[in-house]
Amino acid sequence: MSDRIVHVEKLRKTFGGNEAVAGLDFEVRRGEIVGLLGPNGAGKTTAIHILLGLTTATSGTVEIFGLDHDKNRRAILRRCNFSSAYTNLPANLRVWENLRVSSLMYDVPDAARKADELMELFEISHLRDRISGHLSSGEATRLNLCKSLLNDPELLLLDEPTASLDPDIADKVRKILRRLQKERGISMIYTSHNMRDVEEVCDRVYFINHGKVIAQGTPAEVVQQFHENSLEDVFINVARGGELVSEAAKQSDPT
Amino acid sequence: MNFRHVWGLTLRYTYLYKRSLPRLLEIIFWPLMDLLVWGFLTVYLTGAGGAAPGLVTFLIGAMIFWDIFYRAQQGVALAIVEDIWGRSLLNVFIAPVRMSEVIAATYVVGFFKIILTVSIMATLALAFYDFNLLQMGFSLLPFFANLLLTGWAVGLITTAFILRFGQAVEALAWGIPFLLQPFSAVFYPVSVLPFWLQPVAWCLPSTYVFEGMREVLRTGQLDGSMLAWAFGLNLIYMIGGGIFFNWMVQQARVRGLLAKLGTQ
Repeated sequence: MSDRIVHVEKLRKTFGGNEAVAGLDFEVRRGEIVGLLGPNGAGKTTAIHILLGLTTATSGTVEIFGLDHDKNRRAILRRCNFSSAYTNLPANLRVWENLRVSSLMYDVPDAARKADELMELFEISHLRDRISGHLSSGEATRLNLCKSLLNDPELLLLDEPTASLDPDIADKVRKILRRLQKERGISMIYTSHNMRDVEEVCDRVYFINHGKVIAQGTPAEVVQQFHENSLEDVFINVARGGELVSEAAKQSDPT
Repeated sequence: MNFRHVWGLTLRYTYLYKRSLPRLLEIIFWPLMDLLVWGFLTVYLTGAGGAAPGLVTFLIGAMIFWDIFYRAQQGVALAIVEDIWGRSLLNVFIAPVRMSEVIAATYVVGFFKIILTVSIMATLALAFYDFNLLQMGFSLLPFFANLLLTGWAVGLITTAFILRFGQAVEALAWGIPFLLQPFSAVFYPVSVLPFWLQPVAWCLPSTYVFEGMREVLRTGQLDGSMLAWAFGLNLIYMIGGGIFFNWMVQQARVRGLLAKLGTQ
């Protein structure tokens, strides 16, 4: 079985005359947590939307689990899941109702037991009968994470999963994600503007700007490539200058 | 079609009704208000002496039938609009479910909602205005089925517009049925319409149902050709609506609008 879970090559996406993704290349290997980083408008969200089938690519290759994305969208989605701080589960449903509905949508066997396990893992068992719309943002995020793990995904896409969590819960969530990665070999694509999060969680990162990868490697390697002290400094430099090119990128593209 | 997915989505839309007063009112309150307004209008017209024979039955029957069409359309369109409002649509789009399964679930929930609404309205119409919906006998079933199909087809088209053009056009969820109402000959026969508008009216399946209903109430006879036309047109509308829906969803996908609808 191939070790490569996600393979994206020369991915482009234009909206009208605006090029949101301009020849993006990246890959995710089995059991790896990969961070997609970049300032607002860099193209990382569009890339994730393409992986989720929410939008189509203008050109390029997207393969997930070795399957062509366009032709196998539902088969791929069955083995993936997604959690974002910016989407909600239906607010009028109780926590257990939301998990039950999601279980049915993902064909989860033994769904009740699975939901109980996940609620316990994310410490929201006591909220099972609570209306989802009455949860705090941190609790709602944890419910979203429970939902995203219901189908035992092989690939998990996480869009700022700790954005609305207090430091204590955020730390617990990061540890849980790391544990899940080790125990179950789940691959993850992780976007965040919290660079400490990224340094702690991600095995590798792709730094994206203007729709292209401008640097890649472990968080420490990327920091080194830019001769900065931290990933946060790299981020600020890229966001402010926009033209800063890492040493690695200079070497691979001398023009 | 995966029936487990349809069941999950049906539960999703059903749970919403369990603890939402506005949604429960939508089943009972607005239909009741319609019934009272049209019912008392017919009482007034009858009392004033100028009413045509059978006017009370025509108007109340038409009003209940209109509600079947309207609720069927709303059942599809509002389910999607509410998901947009709640920023919960994305979780449907990223699940391994087909859009046809989502639509089927809205049909199932809409069907039971309509049964409930029509039962309540029919009971009240009998109690308040001595109008017995069951006097239409067996023909009630094909009329009901046709209005349901028209409502579902129009609901598909409405939803397609909303997915493609977003919240800017969500008023269509309520507005589109009323664009069709004048041409469907709901409260008057097609012959009342200007000559040049009548062909437009006969292009709508709902027109055949309302004309057929009046015929049954007037003569007790069901005109089979009316039903055949209604079913035939509904078939075209459902197929056309499905093709249009898929095309618009694809357009929304290409433009990245599904993601926007799910998160904004």
